[in-house]
Amino acid sequence: MNNAIFSLKKVSKVFPGVKALDGVDLHLYPGQVTALIGENGAGKSTLVKTMTGIYQPDGGEIIFNGKPVQFHSPHDSHALGITAIHQETVLFDDLTVAENIFLGNYPMKKGPMTKRFSIDWPAMVTRSQEILSSINAQMDPNQILRELSIGQKHMVGIARALSVDAKVVILDEPTAALSHHEIHELYELVNTLRDQGKAILFITHKFDEIFTLADRYTVFRDGSFVGEGFIKDTNEAQLVEMMVARSIEATYPKKDVKIGETLLEVSNLCHTTEFADISFNLEKGEILGVYGLVGSGRTEVMQALFGTTDHVTGSVKMNGKEVIIHSPKEAIDNGIVYVPEERQKQGIVLELPIYQNVSLPQMERLAKHGQIDQEGEMALARQYCERLQVKASCWDEKVMNLSGGNQQKVVIAKWLATNPKVIILDEPTKGIDIGSKAAVHEFMSELVDSGLSVIMVSSELPEILGMSDRILVMNEGLIVGELSRADATPEKVVSLATGGSVTC
Amino acid sequence: MDTTIKKSATPDSMFTSKLQGLLRWESFLVLIVFLVCVMNSYLSPYFLDPWNLSDATFNFTEKALIALPMAMLIIAKEIDISVAAIISLSSTLMGLVAQMGAPVYVVAFVGVFVGAGCGLVNGVLVTRFNIPSIVVTIGTMSLFRGISYILLGDQVIREYPDGFEFFGQGYVYWVFSFELVLFAFFALVFYWLLHRTTFGRYTYAIGNNPTASYYSGIKVNKHRLILFTLVGIMSGVAAVLLTSRLGSTRPSIAMGWELSIITMVVLGGVSILGGSGTIAGVVLAVILMGLVTFGMGLLNIPGIVMTIIVGVMLITVVSLPVLIAMYKTSLKRKEAKAL
Repeated sequence: MNNAIFSLKKVSKVFPGVKALDGVDLHLYPGQVTALIGENGAGKSTLVKTMTGIYQPDGGEIIFNGKPVQFHSPHDSHALGITAIHQETVLFDDLTVAENIFLGNYPMKKGPMTKRFSIDWPAMVTRSQEILSSINAQMDPNQILRELSIGQKHMVGIARALSVDAKVVILDEPTAALSHHEIHELYELVNTLRDQGKAILFITHKFDEIFTLADRYTVFRDGSFVGEGFIKDTNEAQLVEMMVARSIEATYPKKDVKIGETLLEVSNLCHTTEFADISFNLEKGEILGVYGLVGSGRTEVMQALFGTTDHVTGSVKMNGKEVIIHSPKEAIDNGIVYVPEERQKQGIVLELPIYQNVSLPQMERLAKHGQIDQEGEMALARQYCERLQVKASCWDEKVMNLSGGNQQKVVIAKWLATNPKVIILDEPTKGIDIGSKAAVHEFMSELVDSGLSVIMVSSELPEILGMSDRILVMNEGLIVGELSRADATPEKVVSLATGGSVTC
Repeated sequence: MDTTIKKSATPDSMFTSKLQGLLRWESFLVLIVFLVCVMNSYLSPYFLDPWNLSDATFNFTEKALIALPMAMLIIAKEIDISVAAIISLSSTLMGLVAQMGAPVYVVAFVGVFVGAGCGLVNGVLVTRFNIPSIVVTIGTMSLFRGISYILLGDQVIREYPDGFEFFGQGYVYWVFSFELVLFAFFALVFYWLLHRTTFGRYTYAIGNNPTASYYSGIKVNKHRLILFTLVGIMSGVAAVLLTSRLGSTRPSIAMGWELSIITMVVLGGVSILGGSGTIAGVVLAVILMGLVTFGMGLLNIPGIVMTIIVGVMLITVVSLPVLIAMYKTSLKRKEAKAL
């Protein structure tokens, strides 16, 4: 096919010590959605940055409308109508929707001097309104961005991308932070854009999205091009095999573990605004899945158990004894640890080496008279990082140099090293590649086998259904259902989670 | 030891990272200190005289004593710009108790105690009310010095007990003054505290990521409170030395010192954004600043010009590594294009 509007041919990008892109090809066609698939570290982000002029390629050609082009800065690619919507949109919370949409590209008043200094506010609001309604987003252009939900902010990001006459739209994992409902709105939007004849590059980890949305696919692995083709000619197993160059059979290695006595009893946990009347038990050796949409209060409940949320009433019992937890320190002392969803913000100190992250919660135990025992720290890190198969060049490497999956493993290693009784995993496999995902799942099975109890919060249905012994479903701050492993079906879980609201 | 070392596939640390360690900021400072020494001794024959050098240390030891805990505070992502005002309040109260006839050690104790109290006030305001430390300490800067002015007005207190002058003017051995020895002692203490203890590790963790530190069970606010109090205590110690050296107290004492102290810390390679820096770097920066001002003094360069030179030096030294890095990348880009 020769009618591609945008092509990369044999593009390479080299960083010190790493070949991030090694002669990759990519073709985008007007009116079609191309899915870009690859594990973390396959070079997807580097590719986006090369396409938008943030990076300059070290070799190969970029062809736009049949002509070779060179991007010296993001401005050059923007001028040609190439826009990208990044995973975490760069928007300004204190500006209005309209100001965000036209940031850096404000409509100016006419006139010799005013065209340089005066923004035409009414025109900006009207044009924002037009763009927003063209993507079926209902919001007031004068609203301050801070007041919007994450999904709505995403819509603003997309509107911003469309404020220039976009020909190529790049969506970099746009659904990662969205709820179920918002994802569907986004799908519709992508379809609208396709009908308008725009060439769309859709980057995602989720296979259901690829098969719902995309017309074509391109697969990368370790910075190299692996293959491309039409979605209708392929299937999931084939794509996974292309991505990882091995077939993954059992993605959910759930072992049958004998469930023991009750370990954790939570009763009538209430919060002034986030959740109410939360009561559940956790048995020894059990994996308890907690499912709910974004905003259902599931993370807030877990953080309350870990002691980071204030204004919580109710009681928590461990082994039948009431415990009071007002800070993470008290939670850790009682054997409850929490692997947070916001890994880089809450889970880990990126700038510190691996071994120092692992030892952080138990420095005092490791120290002698307040003095650090570096040998002891190193031994601890070695033991647990090896057990989790963290891939690093050495244990005093900074955590920020690791991939997302390995960072997550370091967080888990850190908590396991404290010998916990209950480990709470909040979205444990969000944004990590298939290989690490399988390792985390396998590890969960091993953990309960060794007598731990696991609470797993997830918005991925297959993960919840595949790993849990029991599933709690949350909606609007309440537990709306409890299903055993045998009873749970995708339909039941989703209908409970999205079901009508119940007032407390 | 009878423990067998288990062979690991991943090494604990790599040789290269140790090699890189040699090319750090501290080595760069050592080089500059050396250059300044060579230049100064070339320009003035009096520079290398031990007594002259010893006199020169009085210019910076008091500030340097505060720079040590300040470095830790800045590494933990906080700052205290009320330190000079703490000196003023502490010196004032020392003067008042001295006037009432208190003995030497009571006067010195009051100095340190008032410093600790001021630091605690800063710490409580920051941690309890969640106010950014720069705002809190701008406020307490006026507050502490304001109290000094109310208590003393235009008055100057000179009635200190006999023996009090030792702190700021005495010598421990040969050319080594009490101030210098005390600084050397505290430099070792803070080196140990920052680089060898759990307290130091927590400081780095909090400075890099306060949220993750809290989620790892560190009592972040308590830690901050202790750091502010440490800065207060050391400001009190500096107040004792300075008051003793001058032999007098007035409310305008140590005016503007907070900036030279923060300059020392930043010049020492502590990131103003928090998270990184070393005590060795700060000590070297202190020595560097001392030598440069001393050298200029020998050459009869006026004070105003000295301030300008110190300012230019700070900007140059801090931007030099950035410029070198930029130059290196541009070279690489040219190489890549040539290929």
